[in-house]
Amino acid sequence: MGIRFILMVNKQGQTRLAQYYEYLTLEERRALEGEIIRKCLARNEQQCSFVEHRNYKIVYRRYASLFFLVGVDNEENELAILEFIHLLVETMDRHFGNVCELDIMFHLEKAHFMLEEMVMNGCIVETSKTNILAPIQLMDKAS
Amino acid sequence: MSGGSGGGGGGGGPSLMDSLFQRTLDDLIKGIRLHTPGAAQSSFISKSLDEIRREIKSTDLQTKSTAVQKLTYLHSLHGVDMSWAAFHAVELTSSPYFLHKKTGYLAASLSFRPSTDVLLLLTNQLRKDLSSANQHEVSLALECLSVICTPDFARDLTPDIFTLLTSSKNFIRKKSIACLLMVFSQYPDAVRVCFKRLVENLESTDNAQTLAATVGVFCELASKEPRSYLPLAPEFYRILVDSRNNWVLIKVLKIFAKLAKLEPRLAKKVVEPICDLMKRSEAKSLIFECVRTIVTSFHDYEFAVKLAVSKIKEFLLDTDLNLKYLGLQGLLLVAPNHLWAVLENKEVVIKSLSDVDRNIRLEALRLVMSMVSDDNVTEISRVLIGYALKSDPEFSNEILRSMLTTCSRNVYEIIIDFDWYVSLLGEMARIPHCQNGEEIEYQLIDIGMRVKDVRPELVRVGRDLLIDPALLGNPSIHRILSASAWISGEYIRFSKNPFEIIEALLQPRTNLLSPSIKALYIHSLFKVLSFCLHSFLFPTNSSLSRVIDEPDFTYSESEGEGETKTFSNLFTKESTVNMLTLVVTSLTPLTETHDVEVHERVRNVLGLAKLAQEEISREVNQNDFKTSIIVRLINDALSEDLGPVSLTAQERVVIPDGLFLEENLGNLDTICANVNIPVSESFSLVKHVLTDVDYVSSQQNEESSEMSGVESTSTSLLSKHRKKHGLFYLPSDIPENDSRNFPPANDPNNQKDNDVEDLVRLTEESLVLKRKSNVPRPRPVVVKLDEGEKFTVTRAKTESNDDLISGAVRDVLLGNESSSYKGKSHDSHLKDGKSEIGDSSRRKSKKKHKNVEENGERSKKKSGGRHKGRQRADGGVNVAVQNPVIPDFLL
Repeated sequence: MGIRFILMVNKQGQTRLAQYYEYLTLEERRALEGEIIRKCLARNEQQCSFVEHRNYKIVYRRYASLFFLVGVDNEENELAILEFIHLLVETMDRHFGNVCELDIMFHLEKAHFMLEEMVMNGCIVETSKTNILAPIQLMDKAS
Repeated sequence: MSGGSGGGGGGGGPSLMDSLFQRTLDDLIKGIRLHTPGAAQSSFISKSLDEIRREIKSTDLQTKSTAVQKLTYLHSLHGVDMSWAAFHAVELTSSPYFLHKKTGYLAASLSFRPSTDVLLLLTNQLRKDLSSANQHEVSLALECLSVICTPDFARDLTPDIFTLLTSSKNFIRKKSIACLLMVFSQYPDAVRVCFKRLVENLESTDNAQTLAATVGVFCELASKEPRSYLPLAPEFYRILVDSRNNWVLIKVLKIFAKLAKLEPRLAKKVVEPICDLMKRSEAKSLIFECVRTIVTSFHDYEFAVKLAVSKIKEFLLDTDLNLKYLGLQGLLLVAPNHLWAVLENKEVVIKSLSDVDRNIRLEALRLVMSMVSDDNVTEISRVLIGYALKSDPEFSNEILRSMLTTCSRNVYEIIIDFDWYVSLLGEMARIPHCQNGEEIEYQLIDIGMRVKDVRPELVRVGRDLLIDPALLGNPSIHRILSASAWISGEYIRFSKNPFEIIEALLQPRTNLLSPSIKALYIHSLFKVLSFCLHSFLFPTNSSLSRVIDEPDFTYSESEGEGETKTFSNLFTKESTVNMLTLVVTSLTPLTETHDVEVHERVRNVLGLAKLAQEEISREVNQNDFKTSIIVRLINDALSEDLGPVSLTAQERVVIPDGLFLEENLGNLDTICANVNIPVSESFSLVKHVLTDVDYVSSQQNEESSEMSGVESTSTSLLSKHRKKHGLFYLPSDIPENDSRNFPPANDPNNQKDNDVEDLVRLTEESLVLKRKSNVPRPRPVVVKLDEGEKFTVTRAKTESNDDLISGAVRDVLLGNESSSYKGKSHDSHLKDGKSEIGDSSRRKSKKKHKNVEENGERSKKKSGGRHKGRQRADGGVNVAVQNPVIPDFLL
């Protein structure tokens, strides 16, 4: 499985979105998130975007006040994951218009919905922004 | 979407008011934001949770949906348990409204686990949604299934997914393909049903959407067991050449990296296109994947590796830190086969050791360690020590740790100059913030026991450490000091000035040590003291015995003479008396100590010291000294070297005939309860002088005989066992050149004449060591134990799901049915009762594809009726798969 989890975290280290592609108990998740967030947030702009943690590799990128962290296997291509994060942000930008922490907080379901379109079983299945957003736009129109 | 109370009060819920004035998700989020994190926030959350518990029972779906929505939010961001609401989520999925359904499925996929009890209730709903006309409903069900799939789900829903694999809508097809991965892993038999359609999707290159999903699935499958996918190599090759989608190309490269290792002819064919890709592509991610593929799986192709290394160089010199990091990683992958690539970029690597980013420093460190060989270990260590001195504590310890592991690998394989290495260890101890005390302690003692030639230097290093009072202030290196104390005691005969060591062992700051280390200090003191007394009382004897003891120390022969002279100057009556006074005055306060171990040891030393003090001051004729006899006895006992004991030593004991050893040692406790473990009596100086080893072995002797006494009732067997116990560590009939042989560490030479004598001695002492007899390099002998030192753990191979999957894949691809029954019957045995549904559905699918069935080459193997049905179903899916085409393609 390529991607194991995706986290969105604000500057204070609070999780704003968490999607796991393997089963972890609540306690395991909380511990894992705590360790990873502490590790990544302590790093500065002059440091690279890859962190090794336990048996994961964390690829992360900061956009304004939001950190996007993706946990992957050792096999996974780090640069591709960075591109994936960028694609995710661009997609959200297109939908929310310059996405910010509050957008994700108040539209968590939508954010999950977008992720579900992009990633299944930890594999990236869709990379076209139009395709990713099509179901959501349809839904918005309907409601 | 968070529609509040719009749905109209259904009435029958907890109360109408609840539905009308229900907090929406937005309200909840705002509320949480209003409360400061901590007590206020958690009390707000628990209040909201109470509301949710009430609302969720409502019969009004809108109210319920909002409640589940809120709960899901709290669950995923605030870690609130929502397993109790599983049933409500299932209920929502059956709602006619899409939004409710969506909320229900999201809650399910975020919170359900394999053990959720209502899981099975979802089966029917999933099936219904999978066959829905609304593609978005199908998509919801597929996404949920891909997260929460269990073997039961997979078995029951395989037919539905099978149908979706040919859906005309790409949207559905790609999701059902991606979902397959989970289904396969939960229920390997699904491979037989669905694999052919998966392969068909691989062939339809015109469709970019489904191709990405399909390649993704194959990449995951192949990463677990690549061999089964070799027949598909032509398809992957076509994608590699044709595709312009970088995501897909990266996955295909990963597949080839796995396949090429299995099939060299494939590598030849693929290496060209990969190089083209590497030259042509603009995308760094793709380039890096090419590099990684080349250096891991195609490292025999010189031109490809050269190209890859040139790309790595570009990465290394890039200003982007991410690329630099990956460049270092790339080098690390090249290093095992092409060290020149690392040496070429040595400068960058070394410079990266002082990078601001710790991760980059770590990668650089790993690279440096990969460069280490016996030629350059000295230089590299010097550089690294320099970096360790100026880095932050954490990284400095990281450096020391990797140096220690690298240098001690394979019993110090790369170390030639042990004198240098031992002084390096001493240097490490002095690096501020050194946290590797335990490892250094282990290595110092280990080297002392294994490498005889290095002992003089070891004693010198130990002395330097012991004598420095500043080091006692740093608790993290106390372990190293304890090793130094032990070494000084054990190998005191190499010391230039034993008095100095006595002073060091007694210095006031030693009260900073923990009692166990303190005890070791005092015991070492005992050894040094008895050595000094011995040297004083038997001045000529001592040098003589040393020459006899150590005839192979020819290099120090002349030096030894000199030493003896200095010693005779050293051990004057005055100096000895001074020493004894110092010992007595420093140790007397310690008799009050509460620690038993320290107390005991102090008593031993004082007993000896006071006796000697008295007699020496009385100026009796030396030959009448009681002390002389005692000191001689003690010294003889202590001069025996300790050595490592083979891990397999226990196994060498032959089990006597008729001795019954129990497999289960569960009742060991009750047996041991009756055994009086001998309490170590206080050290009696005259009668009972034992070295540590003798003591231990005699204890073992007692214990084991006692054990066998309990186990077997026959006393004759017991005595037989005792007789055999002499061979505890070593059978005596092994020839000298046998690798399992264990000459003792202090064995002078491996001379044939001594063999018999040696072996006799060996059987008497339970001290066993092995020594590499002919070392080609001018390197001191390092005592190694036999293979017993490494535990080769033979892993029991269990038939995992992965094996089942690959087995099934191979069967489908190669049309090979004869072997397929192993996995299948195994499975059907397991869930004979349950598999009925799966079977019938498979038969159904068979009917649908009867048209392709005729060219199926089914095996004519006879089997039971039930199996026959299955077999035919399999045939149905097997057929029309292209024959394994590898040979044609490759040649």
